[in-house]
Parts: sequence; C-alpha cells; structure tokens
Amino acid sequence: MIEIAENKCDFCGCCVGVCPVNCIEVKEADIRIEHEICIDCDICVYVCPIEVLSQIEPNKSTTVAAA
Amino acid sequence: MWKEQKEFDCIVVGGGPAGSTFARVAAEGGLSVLLLEKDRDIGVPVRCAEAISDAGLRIFHEPNPRWIASKINRIKMVAPDETVVEFGLVETGYILDRRIFDYDLAQYAAQEGAQIVTKAYVDGLIIKDDKVAGVKGIHLGERFEKKAKIVVGADGVESRVGRWAGLQTHLKLKDMESGIQKTVAGIEVTENMFEFYLSKKWAPGGYLWVFPKGKNKANIGLGISGYYAKNGKAAHKFLDEFIHWKYPQASVLTTVVGGIPVGKTVKQMVADGLMLVGDAAHTCNPLTGGGITPGMRSGLLAAETAIKALQRGGPTRENLFSYEKEWHKIGGKNHERFYRIKESLYKLNDDDLNNIARTIVAIPEKNRTLMKLFSAAVREKPSLILDVARVFAGI
Ligand SMILES: Cc1cc2nc3c(=O)[nH]c(=O)nc-3n(C[C@H](O)[C@H](O)[C@H](O)COP(=O)(O)OP(=O)(O)OC[C@H]3O[C@@H](n4cnc5c(N)ncnc54)[C@H](O)[C@@H]3O)c2cc1C
Ligand code: SF4
Ligand code: SF4
Repeated sequence: MIEIAENKCDFCGCCVGVCPVNCIEVKEADIRIEHEICIDCDICVYVCPIEVLSQIEPNKSTTVAAA
Repeated sequence: MWKEQKEFDCIVVGGGPAGSTFARVAAEGGLSVLLLEKDRDIGVPVRCAEAISDAGLRIFHEPNPRWIASKINRIKMVAPDETVVEFGLVETGYILDRRIFDYDLAQYAAQEGAQIVTKAYVDGLIIKDDKVAGVKGIHLGERFEKKAKIVVGADGVESRVGRWAGLQTHLKLKDMESGIQKTVAGIEVTENMFEFYLSKKWAPGGYLWVFPKGKNKANIGLGISGYYAKNGKAAHKFLDEFIHWKYPQASVLTTVVGGIPVGKTVKQMVADGLMLVGDAAHTCNPLTGGGITPGMRSGLLAAETAIKALQRGGPTRENLFSYEKEWHKIGGKNHERFYRIKESLYKLNDDDLNNIARTIVAIPEKNRTLMKLFSAAVREKPSLILDVARVFAGI
C-alpha cells in the first residue's frame, strides 16, 4: 500500500501524470489515493521529487515494466 | 454569471498558458467560454523555470517588459568534469515572470468575453451517448455541473480530463521528468546567460539549470528522468547537493516541484466533444522540456478548429480532428526528432559528455553553435545527425 506523507506534499500532480490506473487525485491542497484501484506499481513513489510517497508493503510491489 | 448559465460552447479545464490561449482565441471568435481553474490564483504556484525564446513568444504577443525578468543572449554548458562551453545565442531568450505573464494571458481571455473562475475543481465529465457533454466539479464546497459543446482539457501534467473520456494519456516513467526548482537570492549570476549543467551526478536523464532573474537572483532547478529516479535518490537531494556545493550562501525564496512531460504527443488529442491542449496533450519539447510556447500554440490551433467545428457540423471527433492534423503538421515531426535526440542524449555517460565538451571548446567561440554541440553529441548515430540538422534548420 502507498503511504502519503501529506504534510510534505506540494500538490504538483507529477505522480498523477504517471499513475497507470488513474487512482490519484490532487486538488489545490489535498491528495488522495484510491487504494482499491491502486495496483502497487510504485511508479508514483519514484517520480515524486520530494519523497512524499512510499510503499509500506514492499513485497506487494510489481515491476516497473507493468506500466 | 457563470453560476446561472447552464451551457457553454466551450469549457476549459485549467488556466495555464494553453488554457488561457484557447479561451482568448475561442472567445474572440464569438464562442461562449468558461475557464475553470482549481487554484486560488491564476499563475501561482509557478512550476516553471520561465525560459522562453523571443521568436516563440512573438508568435502570440509582443514581448511586454512587465513579463520579463532577464534578457538572455549567451549560453553556458558545464560538463561533468566542469569543462565550460560558452557561446552566444543567435536568438534572444527571456526569463519570464510567469506570475504576471499567466495572469495577463487570463486577463486577455476575459477581455474577449471568456468567464474565468478560480477555486473551481473539475472532478469528472458529463458523458451523454458516449460523447463528452460537460463537466462536473466543486467550487467553494458547492457541487456544480455545466454542459458544453466542447470540453478542453488544459489541465497540465496532472491531466485527468482525457482519461475520464477513455483516452490513454498517462506517461511512461521514462517520459516524466521529476522536477524541482528553488528561486534563490543573495548569489551572483551572469544576467544574460542560460547555464546548463549536464551530468549523471547533477541530474541523471535530464539537466540542471541556473536561469538568472537579474544579477543576484536565479531559478535553480533540475529534472531527472523517472527512469533514474527509481534508483532511490529523489530530485530534491540532487538539487540540495548542487546548491550546497555551488551557492552555499544562497537564500531560498521559493521552492516548487513539478513533473515535465517529455514523451511524444498523446496519440489522440481529440474525441467527440473533447480536445486536449498543452501539457495535458504532452506538447512540451521532449528535449528541452520547454512547454510554454508549444502549449500556447496547441491552444491557438485547437481554438481555431473549435470555432470552425461549431460553425459547421458540430463538435464531432471528425470535425475536431483537423486540430490534431495541424499540430502534427506544424510541430509534429520536430517533436519526434527532439524525442529521438533526447533518448540518445540521456544515454550518454559522463565520459562521453566530457569528450563532447572538449571537442566543442576546441572550436573558436564565434563558430560554436547549438547545432554543432548536438551534432557532436549524437555523432555515434548518423541517423540522428540528420534529426539534429532538421530541427535546427527550423530554428
Ligand atoms: C520545474 C519545471 C520547469 C519548467 N521550465 C520550463 C521553462 O523554462 N520553459 C518552458 O517553456 N517550460 C517549462 N516547463 C514546462 C511548462 O511549465 C509547462 O509546459 C506549461 O506550464 C504548460 O502549460 P499548460 O497550460 O499546458 O499547463 P499548466 O501551466 O500546468 O496549467 C494547468 C492548469 O490546470 C489546472 N488544473 C489541473 N487540474 C485541474 C482540474 N481538475 N480542475 C481545474 N483546474 C485544474 C492547474 O491548477 C494548472 O493551473 C517547466 C516545468 C517544470 C515542472
Ligand atoms: S508528486 Fe509528490 S509532491 Fe507532487 S503531488 Fe504527488 S506526492 Fe505530492
Ligand atoms: S502505486 Fe502505481 S497504481 Fe498505485 S497510486 Fe502509485 S502509480 Fe498509481
């Protein structure tokens, strides 16, 4: 599962632009992930410029090639 | 008032340069236009290094001194071993003040009759008979639905508008640059010079920039390819290390982060009742990441098509398709060439980059050009040399 360190987020939407299943929503000052839709590909974790996102169940992560 | 009006010719989602340009041109052409922006202010936060070329800006507007923080006529490239290559630019560049620039672009649209609403977040589309027919959203805690003949996704790198309509617009990891920038003061920079730092140690799969805003202030930032970001070192760490090394005395006035779409233009820029413009359609130059001019160009072309489509026949995919065709005709081939050059350039290792820098330094300054630099960078791949020649022939 992806964990969000919300107080670090700059709401830039970089993670939204790469999410293959469109399950991240970023508003002016709010970020949410629909965990039921998330496929734990971890791509959002990689692109976030300031490490707001992290995978807290490492074994669940699939390969980057999946996207 | 937009609250009372149930239907518009066009609803534009996003108030960046692409959305505002679309709104201005469409309103000027007699269409009723509503532009919805989720943030409190148009133009803020500025997720951009603010560089634009004089020629690019002039396609749309006479450069206004209010927008311009610095005028650029020299370029400096720093190789991994700190070999410095400097030369004059044939074409003038500017560092804009996008807070003022974006604001003015929105104001021009308003002057033409477009209605602009801030703090209006769009979170879905109205779909009727498989066609896009409007938007749903929330404004100051209140839900709204508005019908439109054409919905324009100008919602930037985080675009979801196309995806709600079933278009595949997400970027591959390698086609997203993970970016961060600090506007710093209390340093000394050369006022008329773009500075680029190229190395895997400064910005793998991208570059680091120092763009002056006057003598003692600069936008210092970088983009790293998502592909390298997966190695576990995030963009902010690269930038902090650089600033600590090069400008330890810097005071940070602003920090912004953002993604830069450096992929090819999306496969489908239009659908029934829908058009995508700017970063939402991946119109950025894939090599430089420059997206202001291409975003405005796509907004202009899309609006011209929208006006025609609504005059005859309606907003069907077929009628809107001439926007996509025009886009590919004007910029498409170069876009793909830039993409190929980028792919090749970012594969070079630091030794290659050092060698290229030394080759160029050996050329007398008056004979150095960007084209020579890129030709040296891709010399292992003859097919790309042609790409370089073609893209620079057009500049
Ligand atoms: C770090 C960085 C440096 C850059 N440097 C340069 C540079 O030097 N030169 C250059 O030319 N380009 C640069 N770019 C790229 C440039 O900033 C973009 O290409 C340009 O802003 C794209 O314009 P746009 O109108 O398409 O989108 P944007 O300017 O991103 O505007 C999109 C707007 O849509 C709004 N929005 C998004 N979703 C919704 C929604 N659901 N509802 C309502 N509103 C919404 C957003 O709030 C935003 O205001 C840089 C980008 C980054 C990240
Ligand atoms: S990329 Fe990072 S900073 Fe940007 S919106 Fe996503 S989590 Fe927030
Ligand atoms: S892990 Fe993958 S699917 Fe889940 S939110 Fe991140 S990008 Fe989307």
